[in-house]
Amino acid sequence: MNNLIKGEKHDWEMVIGLEIHAQVKSNSKLFSSSSTKFGSSPNSQVSLVDAAMPGMLPVINKYCVEQAIKTGVGLNAKINNYSVFDRKNYFYADLPQGYQISQYKYPIVGEGKVTIDFKDGISKDIRIVRLHLEQDAGKSLHDQNPSKTYVDLNRSGVALMEIVSEPDIRTADEAGMYISKIRSILMYLDTCDGNMQEGSLRADVNISVRKPGDEYGTRCEIKNLNSIKFIKQAINYEAKRQIEILESGGSIEQNTMLFNTSTGKTRPMRNKEEAHDYRYFPDPDLLPLEISKEEIGKIKSSIPELPDELKNKFIETYKLSNYDASVLTAEKQTSDYFNETINSDPELKNHAKIVVNWITSELFSLLNKNNQDLNNSPVSPENLGQLIKLISTNEISGKIAKDVLEDMFSSGKTARQIVDEKGLQQVTDQGEIAKVIDEVIAENPKMVEQYLAGKDKLLGFFVGQAMKLTKGKANPKMLNDILKQKLNKKN
Amino acid sequence: MSKSSLKQSLKDLNTKKISIRELNQDYLKRIKEKNNLNVFIHFSEENVLKQIDNLEKDNSAKKLKGIPIAIKDLFCTKSMPTTAASKILENFNPTYESFVTQKLLDEGSIFVGKTNLDEFAMGSATNTSFFGNTINPLSKENEPLAPGGSSGGSAAAVAADLCLGATGTDTGGSIRQPASFCGVVGIKPTYGLCSRWGIAAFASSLDQAGIFSHNVEDASILLQSIAGFDQRDSTSAKVDIPNYFENLDDDLNGKTVGIPKEYSIDGTPLEISQIWEDAIKVLEKKGVKIKNISLPHTKYALPTYYIIAPAEASSNLARYDGVKYGFRSDEIDSLDEMYENTRAQGFGREVKRRILIGTYVLSAGYYDAYYLKAQKVRKLIADDFNKAFKECDFIVTPTAPSAAFPLNEKQNDPIKMYLNDVFTVPASLAGLPGISIPFGIDKNNLPLGIQILGKHFDEQQVFNAAVSLERSYE
Repeated sequence: MNNLIKGEKHDWEMVIGLEIHAQVKSNSKLFSSSSTKFGSSPNSQVSLVDAAMPGMLPVINKYCVEQAIKTGVGLNAKINNYSVFDRKNYFYADLPQGYQISQYKYPIVGEGKVTIDFKDGISKDIRIVRLHLEQDAGKSLHDQNPSKTYVDLNRSGVALMEIVSEPDIRTADEAGMYISKIRSILMYLDTCDGNMQEGSLRADVNISVRKPGDEYGTRCEIKNLNSIKFIKQAINYEAKRQIEILESGGSIEQNTMLFNTSTGKTRPMRNKEEAHDYRYFPDPDLLPLEISKEEIGKIKSSIPELPDELKNKFIETYKLSNYDASVLTAEKQTSDYFNETINSDPELKNHAKIVVNWITSELFSLLNKNNQDLNNSPVSPENLGQLIKLISTNEISGKIAKDVLEDMFSSGKTARQIVDEKGLQQVTDQGEIAKVIDEVIAENPKMVEQYLAGKDKLLGFFVGQAMKLTKGKANPKMLNDILKQKLNKKN
Repeated sequence: MSKSSLKQSLKDLNTKKISIRELNQDYLKRIKEKNNLNVFIHFSEENVLKQIDNLEKDNSAKKLKGIPIAIKDLFCTKSMPTTAASKILENFNPTYESFVTQKLLDEGSIFVGKTNLDEFAMGSATNTSFFGNTINPLSKENEPLAPGGSSGGSAAAVAADLCLGATGTDTGGSIRQPASFCGVVGIKPTYGLCSRWGIAAFASSLDQAGIFSHNVEDASILLQSIAGFDQRDSTSAKVDIPNYFENLDDDLNGKTVGIPKEYSIDGTPLEISQIWEDAIKVLEKKGVKIKNISLPHTKYALPTYYIIAPAEASSNLARYDGVKYGFRSDEIDSLDEMYENTRAQGFGREVKRRILIGTYVLSAGYYDAYYLKAQKVRKLIADDFNKAFKECDFIVTPTAPSAAFPLNEKQNDPIKMYLNDVFTVPASLAGLPGISIPFGIDKNNLPLGIQILGKHFDEQQVFNAAVSLERSYE
C-alpha cells in the first residue's frame, strides 16, 4: 500500500492526528439541568449556571460521566478511577464564565485504540491518547445585524467528549475512516447522536508532512471541521501547501488554521506566538471525580454489541466477507436493518449475501436518490425480506424484483401485493416457455441462420425477444436452456 | 440603653412583650440616625415595612420570625439589588436568592438592608468599595476608624445596633477581623458547612459564609439557621447540623487548648499579647489544660493565601465582561475593547491588582513555581493543624495584629494591609472553623478580639469555648 504523495523532488508522507469533539447524548447539560435539544429558539435553554450569573456553581451531571465511561470502554481504553475538572481560561463573547470547564492533567479516560478496515481486507489500529469531558461554548451570531454580534447560549455548557488520537493516521482517507469508525462506535453506544451537520461531531486535525522515515515535521492544526468530506479536503489541501513550502526551501510555521469550505483552502488563524495561555488550574467549585471499580464494572456490563464484535459475528454466522460485514456494521441502523431482514424468514439465513446486496446496493441507491435515511425507509425489513424470499424461491426474477422494489418504495405496498396485482410471477411452465421460443425462432429465420453459422452472440438477441414476449417473467435459466436446446436441434 | 440580644428579642416577641413592628421600628430609627456610617449599600425603609406587613399576616411559627438581619452585599437577594460593592454590578438585580439568605427568609427574619464591603470582598478595611468607606461605629468624632474588612458593613451594622445579626463571608479573615475591629462576635464555620450557592465568588476554595452577632449565643442560633447541605454546591458538606444553642456548654473542665507559638510575632502590640495571656489564664482557671503547640508552616500562610486567593479570583471574576449583565463601558469599538474598557472602568484598584496577581501566578512558566507550590504548602498548613488537633480540642490566638486603625492609614500600602490577615488566614487555608469574640481593649479603648479555632465541623466546641470566655469576661 503506497500512502506517499509525489512531490516535485521526492515523496512525502502525511502524519495526522485528530481531536474529535463529540457531543454527549444527554437530556441535560454537563453542569446544569438545562435541556440540550438542538434547534430551539435562541437563549431558551439557558440556566443561571449556563449564563454564569454571580454565585452560580456547577454540579456534575452523573449521566454524562457514565456516557464518557461507556465511550471509553467502546474505545478499548483505560477508565481512570480519578479525574479532575480544570478551568481553561479565555475571554470570548459566547463563553459566559470566562473559562471553559474541561479536564487537563487527569482525564476520565486514558489510552485506547480503534481499528479501521480497508477494502482489501487489511486493518489498521489507530491509538487513542485520551478522552476527556468538557463544556461546549455558546454561539456567536455575526449575521443578524450589520454592526452587532448576538450571542446564543443554548449550547453553552453542553457536554462534549474530546477524543484525542495519536498521530497514527497517514492519509486523508484513513482520517475519514477513523472518524467514521469513531462515529459508528459512539452511535452503537448511544453516547453521541453522530449528527455532523448539527455539529454533534466535529474535529480538529493536526497535520504535518515528512520524508518517509524522518522525524515528525512541524504541524498545523485545522480547527472545527464538521464533515468527513471537508476533513479530507482540508487534509489534502494542507498537505499540498506544506509540501510546496518545504520543497521551495521554506519552513512550516506552527499555526492554527481555518478551513474555508467554499474555496477548499486553509488559512492561518493565529500563530504559535499568538496562542492563548489558558492558565489551566483545577476548578475549585468541583471535587475530583472518583469512580469505583464496581461502577465501571456495572457500566461495562451494560454495553451493547459494538461494530467489531458484530462484524465478526456476521462473518462467522453468515459467512460474509470482512468487507461486506464491515459495511453492514459501519452504522447501527444498517446492522439493525440487516438483522431484522434476515430474521424475518428462516429461509433467508441461507441467502445472507443476497440480503446484503439488496440492502447495500438496491435499497441504499433508492434511499440516496430520494434523499432518505434507512431509519425511515418506506420499505420495512420484513417487506424487503419478503421480496428476497420471492427471488430465492424463483417466484420472480432478480430483474423484475428491482422494479418491484421501486414500486414498494413509492407505493408502500408489500412485494407480494405488487407481484400478485401485476401478475409478475415468473413463468416456470416449460411448455409455455417453449411456445414463446418457437414463436421467436419462427419470426427470425435470418437470425437463426446466422446463429447457426457461428454467431453465438445472437443468443442474447433471442433471449431478449423471448423475455419481451413474456414481459420479463420467464425464468431466465429455463429460457436459456430451452432456447439452446431448440436452436441446436435446428443444426 | 444596652443592646438587646437576639435571644432576648425572640423571647420578647414570643411573649408579646413587643411586636415585630415595634422591634423593627426601633432598628429602622437607628439605621436612619446612623446614616453617616455608610453601613448599607442598599437600604429601603419601604422594603422593610413590606416585610413587616407580610410577617404580620403570616400565622405560622418561625424560628427567627421578625428578627432584623443585615446582609453582606455579596449574597444575591431577590428583593434587593446585589453589587459586591463593585461598579461592575451596580444596579444588578438577581432573579434568585442565595442559599444562606433563603434559609434566613424561611425562618422569618427581616432583611434590613445590604451591607457595605470591600469590592468583591477583597480588602481588610472596607475601603475598596465603589460605594465609599464604612466608618467603624466605635470611632471618635473626627477620627474615623476602619471597621475592618471585607465584611466591615455587617460588623459595623451589629456594632452600631442596626440589626440583631448579620451575614458575612470570610475568605482569609473577612468575618473574624472586622468582628475584632468592631467589638462584636463573628464566626466563620468550617469550609462546606454553609452553601456558597448565590454568593458572588471571590476565591471558591476559601469562601465561606458566616455570622456576626452581639454575643456567642446569638451566633450559635444564627449559624444553625444558615448551615446545611445543598446539592447545588458540590463542595457543600453532608453533615448533621446540631442545635448549637441548645448544646452550648461553658464547662471546659478537662479540655485541652492549643497555644501555637508561631502566633507570637514581632511587632504585635503589647495589649494584644496581654489579652491572649488573659484568655489563657481564664481557661486555665476553668480547668482547661494548656498545651503549647507548633504550627510550623504558619509563616508561609500569608504568601500562600495571596497566591491561591488571587488565582481563583482572576478566574472567578472573568464572568464580569460586559456581555451578559452588569456594567458595560460605552466606549466600544471591538470585542477586545469592550472587555478592556468595561473591566478597566468597572473594577477598582484592589480588584484589578488581585486579578493581575492571579493571572500572573497561573501563567505558563509560573504555574509550578507559584500556584502548584502554594497548593503544596496549603496541604502542609492543613497537616500542621491536623497534627495539632490530635493534642488539643481547640486553639486560641489573637484575631488580628492590631485594633481598628484610622480609615485611610494603609490604603496605599497593600502589603501592610495584607498583614492584617496573618492570624486568620491559616485556618482559612485549612478550612477550619474560627470565631472572634471581643476580649479586652487597647489603650484607646478600642476592642480587641480573641480567635478560637476548632476541628473540622466541630463548631460546637468553638462555641463552647467562646461562650465560656465571653461569660468570664462579662
